[in-house]
Amino acid sequence: MTQVSMTVNGEAVSAEVEGRTLLSDFLRGNLRLTGTHIGCDTSQCGACLVHVDGEVVKSCTMFAAEAAGTEVTTIEGMANPDGSLSAIQQAFQDQHGLQCGFCTPGMVMATASLLKENPKPSVAEIRDYLEGNICRCTGYHNIIKAVLAASGQDVDAMVAG
Amino acid sequence: MYAFEIERPETIAEALALLSEEGGQALGGGQTLIPTLKQRLAMPETLVSLTAIGEMQGVCMSDAGEVCIGGATSHAVVAREAADSFPALAAMAGHIGDPAVRNRGTIGGSLANNDPSACYPAAALGAGATIKTNTRDIPADAYFIGMFETALNEGEIITEVRFPVPRRASYQKFVQPASRFALVGVFVAQFDDGVRVAVTGASENGVFRWSEAEEALNSDFSAAALEPLSVSADQMIGDLHGSAEYRAHLVKVMAKRAVEAA
Ligand SMILES: Cc1cc2nc3c(=O)[nH]c(=O)nc-3n(C[C@H](O)[C@H](O)[C@H](O)COP(=O)(O)OP(=O)(O)OC[C@H]3O[C@@H](n4cnc5c(N)ncnc54)[C@H](O)[C@@H]3O)c2cc1C
Ligand code: FES
Ligand code: FES
Repeated sequence: MTQVSMTVNGEAVSAEVEGRTLLSDFLRGNLRLTGTHIGCDTSQCGACLVHVDGEVVKSCTMFAAEAAGTEVTTIEGMANPDGSLSAIQQAFQDQHGLQCGFCTPGMVMATASLLKENPKPSVAEIRDYLEGNICRCTGYHNIIKAVLAASGQDVDAMVAG
Repeated sequence: MYAFEIERPETIAEALALLSEEGGQALGGGQTLIPTLKQRLAMPETLVSLTAIGEMQGVCMSDAGEVCIGGATSHAVVAREAADSFPALAAMAGHIGDPAVRNRGTIGGSLANNDPSACYPAAALGAGATIKTNTRDIPADAYFIGMFETALNEGEIITEVRFPVPRRASYQKFVQPASRFALVGVFVAQFDDGVRVAVTGASENGVFRWSEAEEALNSDFSAAALEPLSVSADQMIGDLHGSAEYRAHLVKVMAKRAVEAA
C-alpha cells in the first residue's frame, strides 16, 4: 500500500491505495465520484476519460499512484461554479447529444480538451478527435452537432439535419 | 490484476537498480501493459514507472542532425515537437490510437512491445533509427526479431531513439477501426543514399523491409515504379479483419500512397 495525494476538481485528496489500484477505481471507489463511467475496462471506449494536469487520459488505463501530485478533473468538476451546466454540457442537452448518457462523461471530457486545443474544429476534426469515444445510442450525429454548438459555430450550416 | 508495488524513480540509474531486483518490470504509458495485467497475462512484483524520469522525456536535435526522442516521451509530445523537424514521424505519432492513448503511450513502450500491427516499428525501421538502451545502441535493422520479439534483454530499457531525417517520407496507415491499430501500414523514406520501405500489420514475423520496393524506388521514386511488383500472401497475417491475400494486396496499395504523399 502507498499513500497517494492529488487534487481532484480543486480539492486536495489523499488515500492509501494498492499499486494495482486504477485511477478510475480510486475516483469511483475511494472518492465516490461515480460520474466517471467504466464502459469496457479494456481501454477501448473512452467512457472513463478524465483530465490529468489538463490532458485527457483513460482513467481505467492509468494507476492512481501515477496520478500522485497531479491535478485531476472529472465530469463532476465540469459544471459552472454555480452548479449550472457548462457551455459544453448545455450543448449536449440542446442538441440531443445523448440518449442513455453512459458515454457522455467521456464525450464531455474529450470535447473540453479538443476545444482547448482547437477552439473551432471542423466536422472531420471532431470525428477524428472523438475516435476513442464509443457511443452505442446516438449514432454520433448529434454529438458532432453538440461539439459544433459548444464551439459557437453554425450547426445548421455545417451539418445536415 | 495480481498485486504488485509501483515505484516512480526520477533517474535512469534508480530505475535500473529497481529493475535489477527479482520481479521488476518497466511501465511506460501502460496503454498495452495495463490491459495485459488486467487479463493476468503478466505477474510483476514491482512495476517501475519510467514516465517520471526527466532525462527520458522530450524531443531534441543531435549535432549530427538526428531527431532524438527520450524513451518515455508520449506520442502526443512527438506529434507536437517533431512536427517541424520530421513531419512524417510526427504525423505517424499523431495518428496512433486516440488522443487519450497518445497522451500516455510512449515510444519506448511501443518499440519494446513490438506489436505486429503497431505504427512505431514501421517508422523506426523505415527511417533506419537507432534504439539506444542503458547498455548499447541497436540499429533498427538488428532490433526487430519477430512478432512481439526484439533484441532487448531482460531488464534492458530503451532510453532514447534517434531518427535520421530523410529528404522526404510518409507513413500511410490503413486503420483497423476496432483496434485503431494498422491493418497494414507502410513507412517510406528517401535518404540521400537510398530509399527505405517498412511494412507493419501484414507479416506474421512483425515489421519488415520490402526490399523489392526499395530497389524499384531507388531507380524511380514514383508510385508507378511499384506497379509491376506483387507481394506474396505467404506468411501474411490472416484473421477476421482481413485475409492474408487482402493484406498482401494492401501492402502495395499503401506503399504507393506513401510514395505519392512523401
Ligand atoms: C485503444 C488503443 C489504440 C491503440 N492504437 C495504436 C495504434 O494505432 N498504433 C500503435 O502503434 N499503437 C497503438 N496502441 C498502443 C499504444 O501505442 C501503446 O502506447 C504502446 O504500444 C505501448 O506503449 P506504452 O508506453 O503504453 O507501454 P506499456 O504498456 O507501459 O509497456 C509495454 C511493454 O513495454 C515495456 N516497456 C515500456 N517502456 C519501456 C522502455 N522504455 N524500455 C523497455 N521496455 C519498456 C513494458 O515493460 C511492457 O512490456 C493503442 C493502444 C490502445 C489502448
Ligand atoms: S472504461 Fe476506460 S476506455 Fe472503456
Ligand atoms: S448515449 Fe448511450 S452510449 Fe452514448
